[in-house]
Amino acid sequence: MLRLAADVRRRMVDHCLAGLPEEACGLLGGTPDPADATVVYPTRNMAASARLYTVDPLEHLRADRDAEERGLELIGVFHSHTHTEAYPSPTDVAQAPDPGWHYVLVSLMHADPVVRSFRIVDGTIEEEEVEVC
Amino acid sequence: MPVEVRLPTVLRQHAGGLASVKANGETLEDVFGDLVRQFPGLAGQVVTEDGALHKFVNVYRNDDDVRYLDKLATQVSDGDVISILPAVAGG
Repeated sequence: MLRLAADVRRRMVDHCLAGLPEEACGLLGGTPDPADATVVYPTRNMAASARLYTVDPLEHLRADRDAEERGLELIGVFHSHTHTEAYPSPTDVAQAPDPGWHYVLVSLMHADPVVRSFRIVDGTIEEEEVEVC
Repeated sequence: MPVEVRLPTVLRQHAGGLASVKANGETLEDVFGDLVRQFPGLAGQVVTEDGALHKFVNVYRNDDDVRYLDKLATQVSDGDVISILPAVAGG
């Protein structure tokens, strides 16, 4: 299960909406166990695409340092799907860098954004519950 | 000369769970060579068998992406912080 602070969820969705028509992305900071995302780091999508995303590596570095200074760590990544469901694409699975991370998808295909979270381990997708608190 | 190498979570399992390790060298190539001598499980994780930086990682010397410096030939100095980060991308 991934706990998302309500403010983190709101800022994540706002960043995704602001990124339209392209995909938007960012990183989540928090505690890994129990998985609790308390800080959101919206980042630039270097791919500048409606179908692909690449987190700006320099912003990733800065987020990593900031999380460490707060006594936290990066525990996941989020990105939007502008016209498809909030489910990992084959590209998401192939490029998932860390089996310990939480992969949060924000679908903007419906009027109300949908947020879901997944673990991706050795190419296998497993959905997890998201608790907004 | 010693530099600090910061490892992403996914590589820490190969380095005894450490988030940060010390390594020696004049260049990044030396530093990664020393890192693999200390932690053989890191072989092939950052530098490919062909001796190039792996495309799935980004490496920074302090605030500078080493791909825009001299890649593995980038010089390092005492006290530099080398950060290894996974490339985060998808579709």
